[in-house]
Amino acid sequence: MNVEFEQISFENKRKSSKELSVIAREIRRDIIKMLVTAGSGHSGGPLGSSDIFTTLYFNGNMSFDKHNPLYEHRDRFVLSAGHMCPVLYATLANAGMFPKAELATLRKYNTRLQGHPGRDMGLPGIETSSGSLGQGFSIAVGMAMSDKLLDKTEKKVYSLTGDGELQEGSIWEAAMSASHFKLDNFCWIIDNNDCQIDGRIKDVMDVYPIDEKCRAFGFDTVVCDGHNFEELQAAFDVFLNNQKNKTGRPTAIIAKTFMGHGVSFMEDSYKWHGMPPNETQAIQALEEL
Amino acid sequence: MEELKQYGSKPTRFGFGDGLVILGERHSNVVVLGGDITGSVMTSLFKEKFPERFFSIGIAEQNATTIAVGLALSGKIPFFASYGAFCALRNADQLRISVCYNEANVKIGGGHSGISVGPDGATHQVLEEVAFLRTLPHMTLIVPCDYEEAKKATIAIGEMIGPAYIRFGRSPVPLFTTPEHPFEIGKAQVIRQGNHVALIACGSMVWEAMIAAEKLAEKGIQARVINCPSIKPFDFETITVAARECGAIVTAEEHQVHAGLGGAVAEAVVKNHPVPMEFVGVKDSFGGSGEPEELMIKFGLTWREIYASALIAIQRKDGGSLTATRAIKEVAEYKG
Repeated sequence: MNVEFEQISFENKRKSSKELSVIAREIRRDIIKMLVTAGSGHSGGPLGSSDIFTTLYFNGNMSFDKHNPLYEHRDRFVLSAGHMCPVLYATLANAGMFPKAELATLRKYNTRLQGHPGRDMGLPGIETSSGSLGQGFSIAVGMAMSDKLLDKTEKKVYSLTGDGELQEGSIWEAAMSASHFKLDNFCWIIDNNDCQIDGRIKDVMDVYPIDEKCRAFGFDTVVCDGHNFEELQAAFDVFLNNQKNKTGRPTAIIAKTFMGHGVSFMEDSYKWHGMPPNETQAIQALEEL
Repeated sequence: MEELKQYGSKPTRFGFGDGLVILGERHSNVVVLGGDITGSVMTSLFKEKFPERFFSIGIAEQNATTIAVGLALSGKIPFFASYGAFCALRNADQLRISVCYNEANVKIGGGHSGISVGPDGATHQVLEEVAFLRTLPHMTLIVPCDYEEAKKATIAIGEMIGPAYIRFGRSPVPLFTTPEHPFEIGKAQVIRQGNHVALIACGSMVWEAMIAAEKLAEKGIQARVINCPSIKPFDFETITVAARECGAIVTAEEHQVHAGLGGAVAEAVVKNHPVPMEFVGVKDSFGGSGEPEELMIKFGLTWREIYASALIAIQRKDGGSLTATRAIKEVAEYKG
């Protein structure tokens, strides 16, 4: 299948839901193209979280400079659920961090777009390697500690985990630290699609109630529809206010999503956690998007 | 070569604690993470002096390791210290992926290493971590022999860029290197000349090797003693030269005999100049409670095993001497 990535980049400033949905659609299309080209990789989580990434990177919530990715005063995002990297790569490319054509190299020999993010490859926007679940989240807490407690800056740190990832015990060690150190500059996003490779969360290992756990661990916790841009932005606003008002409380956003959202035959099916579409499926998916 | 003499005893962990304070004075971006046992791994000294750069993470070694990565990726030089059992092995995945794959500038201080921990018993006597740590890409691994070397090594790993681990112990060990004695990451030091056999040791076994060399000298055997604190990077040259010039090697370490210093030396020797080798270390068993001296005897970590192993190695090299068999018998009788 011959795929082409259209070289466009979107601005990072407040937008209407309609404008955001255009970007999210482009990211989803890129994800399908990347995965069918790669022939392996994760479809479900990236498609399901595209609206979250769109709101985070294109609605003025994060400060970054596409011309200077290591800009000192940038906000940082850590994808703890490293296997979801296709959505991050597509987002960064659409933000202009690197040429979109490079998305075609996902998982290929010598690529900067490793199967799980590898910092050694030097892809702009990749702050750390991640893929062993739970670790990126804890690294992000360390970054927020550095920014707030040592450098005393206003920089923000975001980290996205999956919901199955919450089964890793070290997640809760890190969550404990975020509130212990009063990291109001830290925002935890949980992609709550209720699916993991082996099945539904509650069948594999029940981590619910997630919201009560987050609250018990000291997070200002917001539950929202992860496919509704207004709700997502309202949730990010809770975080921005926590930081601005120095409440000393970290924020947790539990975004309810559907795995594979936007593609009918993938939607809400855990079978699509770790599978790429074949050519026929990719054509159908692109038609639907 | 200066002649090394014992001039006291001090735990290597004191050297780590004192070295950290010096680093803190020199570099404002050195920060320390505590894992609740700050008094016993001596990070308490840094905490008292630089409270604003000390963070207590509690009993959560996986989290402490990855928080350290976050700090390192923000331009800090974080040290995290705990007992080696918990900050080298419990967090092994964090060390592999988040520290080493990231090439994060994280420094780990692993205390209570080896059998000489004493009464705490097997759970706290880590004897396996050198094997793991030296296989990690980008990792630097130092096992200092005494207080002074521990202090120098702590400063050295703080002032290099990249992941590093320093292994130190709880109990006092002989102090025999001086503040002027050289230390360099990646270098082994010949601390006694000789050409009949090379005794290559690290940590608490270096002084035991020196005693063994004195005893061998009484029998007319001149042993070369090599202090090898830098397990990774490894000084292939010094070790290869020793193999070529001595023709027989004994390694000694307070660690499992598998895949530690002995493994590193064997890899170098087999590749560059194969000679008979004997290994002194813990022989595939866990430790136990007891006083450090009792345990070192029980698990075969004294000059006597080095001495006997040297005679065996020489016998293998020369193909015949009764002294080796006699020496093994002596060790057996000593241990009862």
